[in-house]
This record gives sequence, C-alpha cells and structure tokens, in this order.
Amino acid sequence: MRKKIEIRKTPFVLLVFFLLLWIVGVTLNEPARVLEQAKSICLSCIGIG
Amino acid sequence: MERARKWVQGVWFFLVNGYWAFPWTRTIYKGPMKVVCSPGLNCYSCPSSTAFCPIGTLQQLLANIRFSIQSGQHYFGAFVLGSIGMLGAVFGRFICGWACPFGFFQELLHKIPSRKLSIPDQLRWLKYAVLLLLVIVFPLIFVSNSGMGQPWFCKYVCPAGTFQAGIPMLLLDPNLRGAVGWLFVNKLIIAFGFTTWSVFASRPFCRTACPLGAFYALFSRFQLIRLQLNKDNCTGCGVCHKVCPVDIKFNENPNSCECVNCMKCMTEACAFDAISVEVAGFPMFGPDLGKTKKCIWPRKIQKI
Repeated sequence: MRKKIEIRKTPFVLLVFFLLLWIVGVTLNEPARVLEQAKSICLSCIGIG
Repeated sequence: MERARKWVQGVWFFLVNGYWAFPWTRTIYKGPMKVVCSPGLNCYSCPSSTAFCPIGTLQQLLANIRFSIQSGQHYFGAFVLGSIGMLGAVFGRFICGWACPFGFFQELLHKIPSRKLSIPDQLRWLKYAVLLLLVIVFPLIFVSNSGMGQPWFCKYVCPAGTFQAGIPMLLLDPNLRGAVGWLFVNKLIIAFGFTTWSVFASRPFCRTACPLGAFYALFSRFQLIRLQLNKDNCTGCGVCHKVCPVDIKFNENPNSCECVNCMKCMTEACAFDAISVEVAGFPMFGPDLGKTKKCIWPRKIQKI
C-alpha cells in the first residue's frame, strides 16, 4: 500500500523570508558593522563595561 | 548516536572557537571569519572565538539604532535575524542539542555524579521574557542622553560571556583588571549559579534563560528537520519520558518547544520505531525500516 506524504511548505516559506531579510541586511552593509563590532572587545560582555 | 552527538558538539565547539594563538597575541581574533554567525551561544569577545554571537550582535545593533539612523545607516539587525532565522527554519533547536558550546558545557557538568533534580515547568517561560525584554525591548528603549542603549543580556546575565570572555580576558589583559566592579561580581555569581545548577539539573540555562534557545524554540512546529511521532507504532509505554534530558513527554507533545532534538528518545528508548526524523514531511530515519534505522530516501517511501 502506498503511503501518502504531505510536504510541509511552512519551513520553505520561513526559509525564503529569512533569506530575504538576510539579503536586506547585506544590502544595507550590515555585515561590515557586525564585523566591526565582533573585532572589538565587548566590555559589557566581559562584565566590566 | 549519543557518542556521535558528543563528537558533533565537540567539533562545533572548535569550529566557533578556532583561534588558539590568543595566549601569544593576548587579544581576541579579528579576522574576516567573524562575519559568520555562530549557531549557538558563543561570546564573540572570547579570545578563541571565530564567529559572531547573534544575541550579542543583535543587542548592539538595537542599542545603537538611533545613532545609526542619524548617521544615515539603517542597521536594525536584518543580517543577524536573517542568519539565525534561516538556521532556525532548517534546524530549530537541533542547534541547542548538537551545536551549542554552552549547552555542551552544561551537559558535561551534568555528568558529575550527584543527586539529580528536575526543573519547575513554569520556569521555561522565563527565557521568552529574557529574549523579549533583555535582548530586544530594553536595548531599544533605555538609552543614554546621546541615544545609545546597552546590551542588557550580555551586560547583566550572560554566563557564556563571563566564562568565555570575562575570565579569560581578565587573565590575558592586566589593564582590564582595574575596571572590575560589582557588575562583574554579579555576572560571576550568575555564571557560577548556573554552573552549580547544571550539575544537579539538566541544561538549566537552556531551559530557563537562554534567549537564543527561546528564538529557535519558536520554530519547533515549523522547522524543516524535526522529530516525528508515528502514532500507529506508539504504545504509550513512556520510556521516551525517562531518557529525555529536558523532561518532555515526547509521545504526548512531539513538537514541544523545549525539545533540544538530542534524539535520545529515538535511538536509546523507543523499541517500537514510533519516533523518526523527517525532513519537510519525508521520513529520513526511523519507522518502516525495522530496527536497522537506515536512511530512507523519499523516493523509496512509495514502495512501502
């Protein structure tokens, strides 16, 4: 007997949504700002800032 | 499977903490890899960190949003949200169970022989409040006269930051030691509190306070790869409850937001092949293949 498989579409919709958001971020040059932050020591994260 | 998971956790730990020249350079990694998002909670001020922490970065971007808009830039966290959103949409809390260094740390602590305690179920809601308030709302609304906010979660809570960045950086850089005050003591108490709790309870930080876990938990019903319950095979014996590290009754709530997808219930407990892994609806491991649990590809399903 054949087993019917239902493909879940929601994960793909979410994936496309967040991919678009990621592209928006790249377009706004956000990775450069992220890199700039990540290269500096975050004193708040250390607990002394 | 559990051994494989430990190996994967170890590999991820070294992938996001791959800079081991810090004892000589006495500072953090500053290379281009830091534009890559760490899937798990991993402080980017950790000297060995080679990726950015999405929670820390998101708070920094939101805290400085007024400043960035005034200067003509529109950094509102789209790149960071896009990165963790894609990870969440595909893997959900598989990341907590398989790729988070701080989750791995808590699991190792829990192996210390001691009396084991459960965590009150109501405390799980706290992590959503942490995500909403400390990561999003407070950095946005509590700002200084110059319009700058603060990364509230990093500054007042994050135990991963204390262990990975705070203590190592204070050891590496004597200039920072003079600035240690009540803030650091507060973070130290929180960090050692969770450490002690981890010995007695399984993954207390993940279950009660992790904002990244809370974010990934939002995808538990929709994530591409997830565990699936085959109700026809389930006998309701409840063995899956006993092996679960986060106290889920998988057969009653297979899409629980608390599930870190460690797959112990599937590989170590269920003898009836009632639990499987599915990708977008296609079974990949588990039932219909008997106890061998080999990979089953979508096209083969039609023959069963």
